[in-house]
Amino acid sequence: MADKESKHEAGHAREPSYLVAQKGLKSWLLTIDHKRLGMMYLGATMVFFFIAGMSAIAFRTELLTPGPGEISWVLEKLGMDPTQSATTYNKLFTVHGAVMVFLVIIPSVPAALGNFLLPLMLGAKDVAFPRLNLLSFWVYTLGALFFVYTLFAGGLDTGWTFYTPYSSNFSGTAVLSATFGAFILGFSSILTGLNFMVTIHKMRAPGMTWNRMPLFCWAIYATAVIQVLATPVLAITLMLLIAEKTLNIGIFDPAMGGDPVLFQHFFWFYSHPAVYIMILPGFGIVSELIAVHSRKHIFGYKAIALSSVAIAIISFVVWGHHMFVSGQSELAGIVFSFLTFAVAVPTAIKVFSWVATLYRGSIQFNTPMLYGLMFLFTFTIGGLTGVFLGTLSVDVHLHDTYFVVAHFHYVMMGGTIIAFIGGLHHWWPKMTGRMYPEWQGRWASLFIFVGFNMTFFNQFVMGQQGMPRRYYTYVPQFQQQHVLSSIGAYILLVGFLWIAYYLLGSLRKKNAPKEPLPDNPWGGASLEWHTQTPPIEHNFHGQPRVDSDPYSFPQIDRTGQVDHH
Amino acid sequence: MILSMFMAPEKAAPAAQKAAETAQAAQAVADPTLHKQGAGAVWETVSPWAELPQASTFAEGVDLLYMFIVALSVFFFVLIMGVQGYFMWKYHRKSDDQKTSSITHNGKIEFLWSAVPAVLLVVIFVWGEVDFLKQSVSPPDAVQVRVTGRQWFWTVEYPDYPGVQLTSSVDENAVTLVVPKGKPVQLTLTSEDVIHDFYIPAFRVKRDVVPGRYTTFWFEATQVGEFNLYCAEYCGDQHSAMIGKVKVLDPEHYAAYLIEAGKLEQEEGESMAAYGQRIYGKRGCNACHSLDGSPKIGPSWKGLWNKQETTDKGSVTIDDNYIKESVLEPNAQIVVGFEGVKMPSYKGQLDDKQISAVVEFIKTLK
Amino acid sequence: MSSDHHSPKAHRPEGAEGDHPFRAHHFNTAGQQAGAAKLGMWAFLATEILMFSGLFLAYFIVRMHYPDMVLAAHEHLNKWAGGLNTVVLITSSVTMALAVRAAQTGDQKAILRNLLFTIGFALTFMVVKYFEYSAKIEHGMLPGKLYHAWDHGYIIEGNPHIFFAVYFCMTGLHGFHVLIGIGVLTWIYIRASKGHFSPRYYTPVENVGLYWHLVDLIWIFLFPLLYLVR
Repeated sequence: MADKESKHEAGHAREPSYLVAQKGLKSWLLTIDHKRLGMMYLGATMVFFFIAGMSAIAFRTELLTPGPGEISWVLEKLGMDPTQSATTYNKLFTVHGAVMVFLVIIPSVPAALGNFLLPLMLGAKDVAFPRLNLLSFWVYTLGALFFVYTLFAGGLDTGWTFYTPYSSNFSGTAVLSATFGAFILGFSSILTGLNFMVTIHKMRAPGMTWNRMPLFCWAIYATAVIQVLATPVLAITLMLLIAEKTLNIGIFDPAMGGDPVLFQHFFWFYSHPAVYIMILPGFGIVSELIAVHSRKHIFGYKAIALSSVAIAIISFVVWGHHMFVSGQSELAGIVFSFLTFAVAVPTAIKVFSWVATLYRGSIQFNTPMLYGLMFLFTFTIGGLTGVFLGTLSVDVHLHDTYFVVAHFHYVMMGGTIIAFIGGLHHWWPKMTGRMYPEWQGRWASLFIFVGFNMTFFNQFVMGQQGMPRRYYTYVPQFQQQHVLSSIGAYILLVGFLWIAYYLLGSLRKKNAPKEPLPDNPWGGASLEWHTQTPPIEHNFHGQPRVDSDPYSFPQIDRTGQVDHH
Repeated sequence: MILSMFMAPEKAAPAAQKAAETAQAAQAVADPTLHKQGAGAVWETVSPWAELPQASTFAEGVDLLYMFIVALSVFFFVLIMGVQGYFMWKYHRKSDDQKTSSITHNGKIEFLWSAVPAVLLVVIFVWGEVDFLKQSVSPPDAVQVRVTGRQWFWTVEYPDYPGVQLTSSVDENAVTLVVPKGKPVQLTLTSEDVIHDFYIPAFRVKRDVVPGRYTTFWFEATQVGEFNLYCAEYCGDQHSAMIGKVKVLDPEHYAAYLIEAGKLEQEEGESMAAYGQRIYGKRGCNACHSLDGSPKIGPSWKGLWNKQETTDKGSVTIDDNYIKESVLEPNAQIVVGFEGVKMPSYKGQLDDKQISAVVEFIKTLK
Repeated sequence: MSSDHHSPKAHRPEGAEGDHPFRAHHFNTAGQQAGAAKLGMWAFLATEILMFSGLFLAYFIVRMHYPDMVLAAHEHLNKWAGGLNTVVLITSSVTMALAVRAAQTGDQKAILRNLLFTIGFALTFMVVKYFEYSAKIEHGMLPGKLYHAWDHGYIIEGNPHIFFAVYFCMTGLHGFHVLIGIGVLTWIYIRASKGHFSPRYYTPVENVGLYWHLVDLIWIFLFPLLYLVR
């Protein structure tokens, strides 16, 4: 029932929320409460988002002019060696990519929002293994520390993809600490995925069949499967890279009889599924945003749920589409191309289903919904441009150009990050007990939308015209487009800073609401909206039971009667 | 300069370019170690919004498929966004307790919107695959070219023209590859160090260049002219400097041009030092060694002759022997401060006479 | 209820079916907890299998590229030591299974006895391994750039440093898992000696058993591939 008073918790007096139930730093650092862990992950990932984002601002500034200049100017002003500007540029884009992938996007939705929401949505008191959850967090922190150390120990200039032999035999930067950091972060991801998988299997509320689970949980489940199965291969890949670098085992070094392309196979075997780890939770968020804010039952529940699982499975067999021009055989290219197209179909089904959900709904254009709708726009572009890259003959031309850069930013940023921001706003009251200022939310979203498209859309054109990626200098014909891109980046920066400003501002004492926020400000029908805002430590007072699906909003059925089915 | 962005493309390009060149000239003074990309080099003054030339037999096909996908994408995007926009307008919330429809699925529509994209995707896949396979099988009578990628320049050799070697150089804007129009050309590529990638956008061809093995691809150029060539696999510091020019000539002029451009022999009446200077410019030395004392990737040649240097194996005087050893076995004795750099060896690339010429040239750089 | 916020163990309502003192607070029934723990362990084992598969793949690729070198190099592995270790591990799996069975039936003495045997066999494995590795190190058969067997009179054609890299990576990672196993088995032993396990609650023993069987299984694949190929 989508009303403001929670059906399950009605009658209970307000209790201290999870935020204040335990006091003291130790109670946070050693917490096993999934909600607190989620908030800690949120803080950590946002710090790294800022660091990686500023790297991007730095190199986008360098790219305002075709030749060198901006970075060497800064280096000189800092008293550093200006002849290192090309290397510095390479370090900036590497750090941007590596921090974004390993420290922000992979953990953010699952570990931050997922941790907070999963038990609540399932009607459970916590995840299956709360202490393992705590361990996951500290393993993440340890991995992050290795990355931070890397930044100070000479940086990293291999690209986030660490291709050999450059990374193993040629780069003079702190490759070992970065690789080891990524290795450790992988374990955090595996343990989180394992935890979520078991939680969903074993801890759903009585009455909550798989088909009555919120789609966000389905998405987290599919993501968890990938995390559990793919990340160990990354662990081995990085271990072999470390062995190659320290012991010269020769597996990737041609001078010793090894094969550098083997590294690419190993690497992408994990990293392709990894991009689905990044996007699937975003899909889950969008399902929730669109359904709740159009107050309409999601269209095609089964299709959306099962397509997540299909995507998870197919994602394991498409890695070679990153390697069409690597010298792998044509047959391999054909097989991988075909399977890549296969993975497009379940994705398209989702987009259509979300749009169909709007049909005869009751749409409210608040900030979370704006981001949900924005996602449909930007992710569709991202997904469609993936088709170009999956097409063999066209990919030969587009591989390693700005077209690829634009594609993955449209899906990862236009997809995951935008969904994430939408989810952040949607669940902000539940997580913090505070409300963000609505008009600021809407206007900031405009900055994000305009800035994002301005930065990345014309990169498709640039790429098609032959502008290669990871280029410190470029031929002058591309300058106008680069300037456009950089201006877009600055607009994005303003947008993000604004969001940070008002979200953090909402947490200040003086902005506390005079009355506690209602349990269900949006009229959602899933279980997290049927408990206190913010939740008590044990989430629910008793064990909630479920007898309907999480999208049962007040409906008009065919006979015109109001129906809560 | 920013305003020029909003001018019409034809006017904007030269203005932006001029501004860029002036800026770079200024930068070159401020930072002489960096390659002077753009300044002095004659790149195509192409408008950023102009179409990429279709200069090979593959190009039209690739572009056609590309535009087909664009058309389909635009169609579906407009359709989806149009429907979305319409729903956003028609179904905005009218009252606080508004009820919504109970539609939760529709088998027919769901089948349609799964099957139609699937069919279209198969069409695109097959088309792409067919074109791709055409690119894989080189015609038997193709002109053979061998390319070697090194950090950070290309060396191109022609088995049919012994002694001819072209080297890329971003400063000189050197022609790196010369091919005849209308004849298939097959490239066999390898790297001496890390993975590079040989990319000619105008031809729509690209292939990774891998150390320890050979990769190949072929094309047939259809237009006379000059086209950009890029390294398209990140390979370290000067990755963006590994660019060059592909020159397409009519078959009648091809051989003569190649021999003229590629052969590096001492001309009549040319001094050893002048010959050495030409070698400096044409064999990639300029990528890493400056002539004016400024530090580049490798030590500067200014004042190098008879200099007392400290290497990782002890003290050494820079003489004929050390220079020859540095050319043939560069990592035998490395000057302190340059240990991390891996200079590629020129064994087999420069004969003894050429090395002596380089030595004579270095002697003139006081 | 303040004590249970830092530990899942707490007091619970009496008389619940199959209940035991170790039901964590966030589970409703003991059965739910046992089911979750088992599923979690199986999922974890899947990740272990995937991790080792990467190494097995590397082995197969090396074997494919350099069949003669692999055959020549592996002759220098000690088949007897490897065979002994195989017997040791298989036996340890038997004793582990007996320990689980003992926990199921509540035979406290048998749990301790069999766990002790298992730990003993695991330690034996590591000792044999220690001798194997020492011999390799002494003979200079080390991975990658550390390889210098020629200094000790062993000439193997080709690039045997790659084979030994694979050998040390695989057996090393496996040995690391055996060490972890010894630690975990010791922890279970300590808990068993405190009487924690009963027919109503033996999941930790079972799960450690699963882990141990996987460690054994991996060795059973590793041994023939590395030591016995022809």
